Amino acid sequence: MHFDNLYHQFFSLSFDGLNIGAIYALIALGYTLVYGVLRLINFAHSEIFMIGTFTALFATRWMDIPANAVPHHGIAIVFILVGAGLVAMAASGAAAVALERIAYRPLRRRGASRLAALISAIGASLFLQELFAKWKGRDPIPFPRIMKKEHLATVLRADIRSDKVIIITTAVLMMILLDRFVGLTRLGRGIRAVAQDAETAALMGVDIDRVITTTFLIGGLMAGVAGILYMVYYENTVYNIGFVPGIKAFTAAVLGGIGNLRGALLGGLLLGLLENYGGALFGAQWKDVTAFVLLVVVLMFRPTGLLGESLGRARV
Amino acid sequence: MPDHRTFRRVVAVMAVSATVVAACSSSKKSSSTAAGSSGGGCSATIGFFGAITGSEGALGTNENDGIKLAISQFESANPSCKVNLTTLDSQGDPAQAPALAQKAATDTSLIALIGPAFSGESKVADPIFEQAGLPNMTVSATNPSLGTNGWKFWHRAVGTDNSQGPAAAKYLASTLGAKKVAVLDDGSEYGKGIADIVRSTLKTDGVTVTDSESVDPNATDFSSTVNNIKTTPPDAVFFGGYYQAGGVLAKQLSDAGVKATFMGPDGVEDPGFVKAAGAAAEGAILLAPGTPADKLPGSFTSAYQALNGQAPGLYSVEGYDAANAILAGIKAGDTTRTSMQTYLATVDYKGLAVEVKFNPTTHELASAVTIWASTVTNGQIVSKAPISV
Repeated sequence: MHFDNLYHQFFSLSFDGLNIGAIYALIALGYTLVYGVLRLINFAHSEIFMIGTFTALFATRWMDIPANAVPHHGIAIVFILVGAGLVAMAASGAAAVALERIAYRPLRRRGASRLAALISAIGASLFLQELFAKWKGRDPIPFPRIMKKEHLATVLRADIRSDKVIIITTAVLMMILLDRFVGLTRLGRGIRAVAQDAETAALMGVDIDRVITTTFLIGGLMAGVAGILYMVYYENTVYNIGFVPGIKAFTAAVLGGIGNLRGALLGGLLLGLLENYGGALFGAQWKDVTAFVLLVVVLMFRPTGLLGESLGRARV
Repeated sequence: MPDHRTFRRVVAVMAVSATVVAACSSSKKSSSTAAGSSGGGCSATIGFFGAITGSEGALGTNENDGIKLAISQFESANPSCKVNLTTLDSQGDPAQAPALAQKAATDTSLIALIGPAFSGESKVADPIFEQAGLPNMTVSATNPSLGTNGWKFWHRAVGTDNSQGPAAAKYLASTLGAKKVAVLDDGSEYGKGIADIVRSTLKTDGVTVTDSESVDPNATDFSSTVNNIKTTPPDAVFFGGYYQAGGVLAKQLSDAGVKATFMGPDGVEDPGFVKAAGAAAEGAILLAPGTPADKLPGSFTSAYQALNGQAPGLYSVEGYDAANAILAGIKAGDTTRTSMQTYLATVDYKGLAVEVKFNPTTHELASAVTIWASTVTNGQIVSKAPISV
């Protein structure tokens, strides 16, 4: 037990925890949205994230940024990040929609059980991983350093770094946007209606297929954002990069209450924080154990997660 | 209803493609060509067992390419002999090793095996070779405990972490003059093994170990560890593990403003470390038993480069030496598992870097191996000096 580590680095750990937690939360949105609408755990979502990281990498190559590039400055950073981010979002979004069309919709049309869709999800996940492994090899590929990781300020002994500030603010902004979208727009209302009661929604004139496609698209877009942000922080990608963040994001979604958008945000940030506190207190080997023990404890007392499963009932 | 047919087709296509992809990935590059073992008295099939792909794949590839060079030179010197190489790609994963080891054990054309490359996979694969009576020689599994199993068919043509660990500690304490060192590992058989030796040697040398943790090598965010290290800033950070995780860790430490010298054992000494760490790799100290790649004879380096299309790396020459020792046996007519085993008991082959000669009871190298320290300068791993313990 290293209480002094936790005590001395508390705010630093919190800041780093929010950083990785924000990325978990973005990925968790994809799990939670699809679960809310289809009652399906989309296990291939971690590969949608992986596609996001790869296309962000390709985007930097199209922009002629060499792997050992000198970090850029000012407006160039914004341009590169937004450019690569949009490419990653487009690719992840398209991949998510294609995944729904190929792996889930045919099963749904035939009224196959949810278990069949789950197997299809696992199959699609393996397929996409191996596809990228065959195409790009199994070795990690470095991502160029786009921006200098600059020390901005020291707040309560925490080292506030530019890349982490960008990651946290972008992630939180995207989540607020999404929350507003689901809460206020017509399409968002459709999503909530289908989540609440698909049959009644259909009777009321909601085009279910369109709603489902939109749901996958949004989940994919968020995974794309997570992809570029993860690359800014981690600067490496590989065919199975989605595995660990995918599991963590799924956990975050369950922790916050799967099917609940704000739950995904809360769960992601909380998981990132708990992991880091656990790692500091007991050593890195206990990082995941701490996070998962707390998940079990939360589920014991609140089986539906911290905020409950309520995409349908999400208040505006 | 066109749906039904389309659906069936889609599922069929998906199922087929999934099977194909899965099959491709599981069968890997085990290009076993059993044919050819019939010709002359000096033809045989030998195997290599280790990671060719995956995040530690470079180390196995180095060995495998060294073996390939030895075989091609052997064949051109002895045109009547035909030696096949069966490469078994374990991806360095102890979970995949037993099935692959079983495959090697039942492949009766295989008379000897170089590998397993890593300690973790050795622990699970070697009992299977033992049962099958398949002589094997590792050139890179350095965990000392492997030698304590009483395996008869196992041989180790490399120094152990019992020499590498104290050498690392000595370098930290004497050459770097470090007073405080953080010692991390990846929790693997090899990584934790060597880190534990470094920890205990440092303590007896009076150096404070400020942080001692096992990180998850598959994790990508080491922020809690980085924060723990920052609590008591050390003079150096030692990481027991492999190059990919080591590179990521070095980068995150340097980004967080930790100025400590980064040090890693042979598992980290690979260009992959520089690739993963980027600029943070500069000045890192890497250790390895045996001759560093840039101290090898030029003829070896150029022949290796010509055959494999890349420069030799860590353990390329050890793989080459081990293969040559086995090939000398094959030349002498030892083309069955039993005769190869008898041959290895008394082998004395002077290679470029290793004198392949085993202690008759422990099956470890008969003579001590020098540990070399290298450093990263301008993105290149450059040898510095041998460490005398």
